[in-house]
Amino acid sequence: MEKMNISSAKYTKDVISDEVCSIIAVIDGLTLSVPIAEGNRHYDEIKRQVDAGTLTIEEAD
Amino acid sequence: MALTKVDTSMVESSGAFGRRNILINGDFGIYQRAQQITGIGANASTYYTADRWKMDMGGSNSGRVTMTAGTEDAPTESNVTTSLKLACTTADTSIGAGEYFILVQQIEGFNLQQFKKGTSGAKQFTVSFFVKGNGSATYVVELYDNDNGRQISKTFAVTSSWSKVELTFPADTTGAFGNDANASLNVAIWLHAGSDYTGGTLNSSAWAAQTPANRAAGISSFMSSTSNELYITAVQLEVGDTATEFEILSYPERLALCQRYFQIFKGFGTSSAVMNHHNRTTTQRYGCLNLPVSTRISPTLGYSSLSDFISFVASTSATPTAIVNQGSTGHSIEIYITTAANGTAGQAGWLRVANGGYLTLDAEL
Repeated sequence: MEKMNISSAKYTKDVISDEVCSIIAVIDGLTLSVPIAEGNRHYDEIKRQVDAGTLTIEEAD
Repeated sequence: MALTKVDTSMVESSGAFGRRNILINGDFGIYQRAQQITGIGANASTYYTADRWKMDMGGSNSGRVTMTAGTEDAPTESNVTTSLKLACTTADTSIGAGEYFILVQQIEGFNLQQFKKGTSGAKQFTVSFFVKGNGSATYVVELYDNDNGRQISKTFAVTSSWSKVELTFPADTTGAFGNDANASLNVAIWLHAGSDYTGGTLNSSAWAAQTPANRAAGISSFMSSTSNELYITAVQLEVGDTATEFEILSYPERLALCQRYFQIFKGFGTSSAVMNHHNRTTTQRYGCLNLPVSTRISPTLGYSSLSDFISFVASTSATPTAIVNQGSTGHSIEIYITTAANGTAGQAGWLRVANGGYLTLDAEL
């Protein structure tokens, strides 16, 4: 029954490896740095909303 | 004649020895996020005050509730001094079919294997707690098996005086709990629900595949009046058919159990160090925050406001323009900070939190 209001999401990269390492997301009005990790409730909800077509994650700068 | 050994036939062995309570923070005395939050009902299902206890809500609920952890009101016959208080501040007398409002603790599979659920040796579940309200009401305790979509519910009565509730649920030989760190069991206290969840017959005698209408049939609505209050404490889940006295742990033990799921770093005074870091370049800093307790899973990093942090390098300082989670081992987390040009590459420094700010790590279920 998880319910989160995700207003934005954007990948971030590790500047050393240039690999995506996390997602900066605004969830319920809070800016959060979410790991790419299944089982993390914020990542799972981002993934669920992306799969449902209701959220798009911006590419990293 | 003096006894020299314990007569094992006199020892109750159907329940658990040692750590009996599978729930965490059953007296609501740990509240790292906040002690009190108002206006709950319209917002997200999440963790507001007491650690590990989530308010789960859905539908177009117009009721609002104030949640207060660590309330110094507890039954004299109990061994605790604090409780959780819920107070309805806006009533909802027109309940939509899909509405629900639940106090729930989710338990990871690692902590549930002793129930042997899904095997021929499955054990009973006993939930106990003290509760009081402002008058008579009926609510539901539901055990919901997330791994297999099975559940069972039982009602309990509330009066204006403290009373102890003891509910024993049967064993379930169908559907094992995953032996992992994911949410396997919800211990849910249904306080308000619409006909989608109350329209059937309460499934109270045996575990069954969940039918929504049978999950909370027969409950009162906590949101029926702004007079409604609910106090609850000493919540315990244990193996077997006996509700034993609430298990008391020391404060550090209780805090550490909660920190597997949530940690907050804030100063005792006006400002405090969070971690050391070094300059990779004049604008990029890397630091490693070693954690007091290993988290359940790689955590989400949050913070109050960037302006609450100061990054010091040598004798200069800068406000971060970003604080980013670069990855976690569970025992530590690598944090990347950007600032305006400050210091030189290779210089060491530290991150300080001030202004009452905080940094959080969330690994909740």
